[in-house]
Amino acid sequence: MADLRTDFAGIKSPNPFWLASGPPTNTYGQVARAFDAGWGGAVWKTIGEPIINVFSRYGSVDLGATRMMGFNNIELITDRPIEDNLKEIAETKRNYPRHAVIASLMVESKREAWHEMVKRTQDTGADGIELNFGCPHGMSERGMGSAVGQVPDYTCQIVEWVKEVATIPVIVKLTPNVTDITYIARAAVKGRADALSLINTINSIVGVDLDSFAPFPSVAGKSSHGGYCGPAVKPIALHLVSAVANDPAVKIPISAIGGVATWRDAAEFTALGAGTIQVCTAVMHYGFRIVEDLVDGLSNWMDEQGHQTLADFRGRALPNVVKWEDLDLNYHLVAEIDQAKCIQCELCWTACEDGAHQAIRRHARGNGGGTGDGGRGPSGPVVEIIEEACVGCNLCSQVCPVQGCITMKQVPNKFAPTNWKEYSAGQKKLAPRSEHFHTAIWSK
Amino acid sequence: MTTPSAARVLSDEQLTRNFADIAPALTGDAALLEANTCLFCYDASCTAACPTHIDVPAFIKKIATGNLRGAARVILDANPFGHSCARACPVEVLCEGACVLNARDEQPIRIALLQRHATDTVLGRHVPLFSAGQPNGKRVAIIGAGPAGLSCARDLRRWGYAVTVFEARELPGGLNTTGIAEYKMTPAVALAEVQDILDLGVELRTGITIGRDMSFDELLAGGYDAVFVGIGLGRTKRLGIPGESLPGVIDALTFIEQLKSRPYRETPVGRHVVVIGAGNTAIDAVTQAKRLGAETSTIVYRRGEADMSCFHYEYELAKRDGCGFRFHCTPKRIVGNGRVEGIEVETPGGVETIPCDMVITALGQVARDEFQVPKHDRVFAGGDFANGGAEIVNAAAEGVQAAKRIHEMLAGEDGKGR
Repeated sequence: MADLRTDFAGIKSPNPFWLASGPPTNTYGQVARAFDAGWGGAVWKTIGEPIINVFSRYGSVDLGATRMMGFNNIELITDRPIEDNLKEIAETKRNYPRHAVIASLMVESKREAWHEMVKRTQDTGADGIELNFGCPHGMSERGMGSAVGQVPDYTCQIVEWVKEVATIPVIVKLTPNVTDITYIARAAVKGRADALSLINTINSIVGVDLDSFAPFPSVAGKSSHGGYCGPAVKPIALHLVSAVANDPAVKIPISAIGGVATWRDAAEFTALGAGTIQVCTAVMHYGFRIVEDLVDGLSNWMDEQGHQTLADFRGRALPNVVKWEDLDLNYHLVAEIDQAKCIQCELCWTACEDGAHQAIRRHARGNGGGTGDGGRGPSGPVVEIIEEACVGCNLCSQVCPVQGCITMKQVPNKFAPTNWKEYSAGQKKLAPRSEHFHTAIWSK
Repeated sequence: MTTPSAARVLSDEQLTRNFADIAPALTGDAALLEANTCLFCYDASCTAACPTHIDVPAFIKKIATGNLRGAARVILDANPFGHSCARACPVEVLCEGACVLNARDEQPIRIALLQRHATDTVLGRHVPLFSAGQPNGKRVAIIGAGPAGLSCARDLRRWGYAVTVFEARELPGGLNTTGIAEYKMTPAVALAEVQDILDLGVELRTGITIGRDMSFDELLAGGYDAVFVGIGLGRTKRLGIPGESLPGVIDALTFIEQLKSRPYRETPVGRHVVVIGAGNTAIDAVTQAKRLGAETSTIVYRRGEADMSCFHYEYELAKRDGCGFRFHCTPKRIVGNGRVEGIEVETPGGVETIPCDMVITALGQVARDEFQVPKHDRVFAGGDFANGGAEIVNAAAEGVQAAKRIHEMLAGEDGKGR
């Protein structure tokens, strides 16, 4: 049985799954239930001077019949008094001493204000502090949240203030709404941050009501840009986590956030260097119970792979994230269709023909269907790869609706691996490769 | 002499349930889920399998985007009887049977229900999906206001022809109105579908039988540029055995028409019903007799289970309804003193009399041999009359194809400076 215990910048938790700061961590009652359900830690809903929220706060992007593929919010930090939050954090730590409880903080950009807030927080027994430099909506208009996180100097300055009084680990939560996140990450490191967490939500408008022309989420017919999250943002988060994790000037622990909904997501973030995994939207969708499969799936996979601890594979994918110019140009692939599995939907053909490289040949179906056999006639395959035109782009295998029907096979050659730098410097040679023929050549 | 109606023993609620939609409409949520399951195949086999070649992936994609009106237009553009086909098409052997998901070891997309979901949004609501074309000065006569004739009429109107439809009966729609199992489609739906076509400006003249009220020659002499004949088939074939004229013997089409044209409990039905035949109409009769309240409702068929011409799912339906099946029973004579009391059949085990108080014959319809269509290059035919009896979708397809041929012929004459 895999050991999922985590030590993140000195903060210990029974597993790497933390609730991200947000609506699920608003109260003692929620966090206690989450810990009972199996969550390893929780980052409290951001504490600061209480705010007033609007009604109608969340917007959803549905993909077909799938709800909340993407999600956004225009909710602000906690609307509960600082004192209440701190009291409940203390109560949580008393009742759940083995779990990680992190206080997310956001106060106005004044040294005294931060000092006071940090000291009061530490009195609760919280395990760490997360500085919310990321919220892109509302608070940023008041000079907080992403207004801080978008300026390296501000980021560094406030981290320095916090570290002047902090006795517990300080995590800086980064906004993705910047040109290059590593600048901000380095500024946090310069301010002596103990760890980073990323990504916060992405600036977004999730949709427009075509009857009222109000953007979602509508507040009396108007809206404001909100923070985008949910499964849709995972690829962006994976990239930014890897960019920060691979930055030699950073090298402090990273708590990954962004669209995590399954144990696979968690494993991928860990492989890209994440120390802990924070989840919010998936819990808002399905509740705390999802942690059961997060833990179960991750530990089953680790057992199968022979990983005893998270450290066994943490960051294992990082060396494989390289610059394009370092990729091997002599690694050749060709698509291969398993005709026994083909259901003859011809999606690969139309995708390749219109959307890629015209490398699939299409034959007439054997009959007009109506036989309950998918229209499959005696005539054999309806789609065939034109190997000499295939550029190995993957598209057909990605549109194919049948698992394992279209696979990408390596085409060996006798040429040594050659990247762009080596090729353009004239040091190495390219293996002969398929050319991009126009479909007209093949249509006869 | 009236046949005692077993329907009297069932409550109104039970009868309503028995004849309720056998495949209820999808909810919006279910339709969205189903539409998003469609793979959106290129050159889709479902489209190829449909005699009217509805672009199925196109309309399903439109359902997925919430463009229901656009979806309905795709369907009805290809098939003027898209409403009734959504309810009564044997999709198991057509589009749904051809769905590639069958080959992925899955249930096919529920195309019929999606088609209904889309088309229900326009049925009877006077949504102007199509309009009559600019009048081109040409006139076409159509004999028979069933799916074939009205499909032909619909497309000709769109191209600007003046179209007159002659119908022998009082109500248009043909067997769609009188002959579809009630739990599949009601006359109200059939008539609303017809009305949408008539609303394009098709002239309908009911109660006129060509060949009786007006000869074919008179019709041709009426100045029509073309004639389409879609008069369907004739009466149900006779058994040709003694006792066939006893009260209590009825043919399936008459039985079903009675059921569909009056309150259920006023439909004459026996307590013990025997249906002779094993085609789809026989199934419609045996199930509906049972649903009307017959204690037993039994198919009697001279050949075996595997020889039945009904679709497999229809057989399954009749079995689920609790209908009986007697195979290898050849009817010899219908017996009874003044009315049906039983049917004598020859079985491999000898002669046997099956007691019953109603016999429904469902042996298929005879061809309309009495109706001689003159060999004439301006006369076209389609539907059951021409194909010997098939589905609504075949009739619609043939009507649409005939309209195209008529249009090609008449527009071609314009080109030649007629």
